[in-house]
Amino acid sequence: MAIKDMSLEEIVLSGNAACPGCPSTMGLRIVFKALGKKTILVIPACCTSVIESLYPYTSFDVPVLNIAFEAAAAAASGVVSALRMQGREDINVVVWAGDGGTYDIGIQAMSGAFERNTNFLYICYNNQIYSNTGIQRSGATPYAAWTTTTVGGKREFSKDMGAIVRAHNIPYAATATVSYPEDLFRKVMKAKSIKGPKYIEILAPCPPGWRFSMDKTVEMGKLAVETGIWPLYEYENDKMAFNGKSKLIFEGKIERKPVEEWLKLQGRFSNLFKPQRDEERLRRIQEYVDHMWERFKQCRD
Amino acid sequence: MKKYDVVTTISYPKKGAMGKTGSWRVFKPILDKDKCIKCLRCWIFCPEGTIIRKKDDSVEIDYEYCKGCGVCANVCPVKAIVMEREAEI
Repeated sequence: MAIKDMSLEEIVLSGNAACPGCPSTMGLRIVFKALGKKTILVIPACCTSVIESLYPYTSFDVPVLNIAFEAAAAAASGVVSALRMQGREDINVVVWAGDGGTYDIGIQAMSGAFERNTNFLYICYNNQIYSNTGIQRSGATPYAAWTTTTVGGKREFSKDMGAIVRAHNIPYAATATVSYPEDLFRKVMKAKSIKGPKYIEILAPCPPGWRFSMDKTVEMGKLAVETGIWPLYEYENDKMAFNGKSKLIFEGKIERKPVEEWLKLQGRFSNLFKPQRDEERLRRIQEYVDHMWERFKQCRD
Repeated sequence: MKKYDVVTTISYPKKGAMGKTGSWRVFKPILDKDKCIKCLRCWIFCPEGTIIRKKDDSVEIDYEYCKGCGVCANVCPVKAIVMEREAEI
């Protein structure tokens, strides 16, 4: 699907409370071009619950249910049941949650909804921090990243959420980033056409949280894919397929860029480069990425 | 607009729910229509939806709400959008 063929309808209205260069509204606009207006959005505590703006107005032109941090998937299950009882199963029920609401606080509700085979789409926009409350570390924060609670850089690597989701054997799981709108659009369209629980995780480069200039949101997502730290894949019927540049990397047609190229553009990793280069930690991050791709290759063989 | 009879608080959709966000801007995107190749990359990437797409796929910028992030200028393949400072300080 080319950009030209996408709908002109705007669900996310201008004049909302998002920061300039926000990947959440960028992603939501693309997601809504695929979903259309027949959608009910369930949003737990996250940046997007602020982006909706203040009572008595909202910036989203669809019904939105705001719910507690841990309850997004459970509330979505309720919405799906209510719609089924009313015989209105043509409406998409979509959870739009951050990485805090997915990796940490909302994981049990999400796991439960996947296990109950609820017919809904769970989208996690992953900016790798609790950005709404002021950039605290989350389970998705990468190794060595600065946050307000990991001042010298995080000591642990992030969770492998893709593997946790795949372990539920749901019909469709995918990763995407806001930097490739055609890819994201296609994945949402595909998820929309499948019955049962679906999961899409969108890498959302956050300018204030990652400490980069607000006009570079798109480049950050692209570099994450090109360096291999964020692989784009689809998991469908027990089969894993890579997409876009990640496919070329997996097939060995292009080389992965060194992960340092992605790290050095972000202020949150400046502790790796200043006052002197921290070779040990840089090597550990590169090894982490190499190991991840090694595991993907083993899965295929 | 259809109003619902509900007992809880409910917000209604409105453009500019946080006011005229154009006032947040420090740098202003300026579009050169002669250079534009109508690829619509600025339109799809604009986080605000302030790049208005016309029927013939040409674009216009809504300065009332544009927050001036500069993503459009950065993704333009032919550099048809440049960022200029709003006013001298």
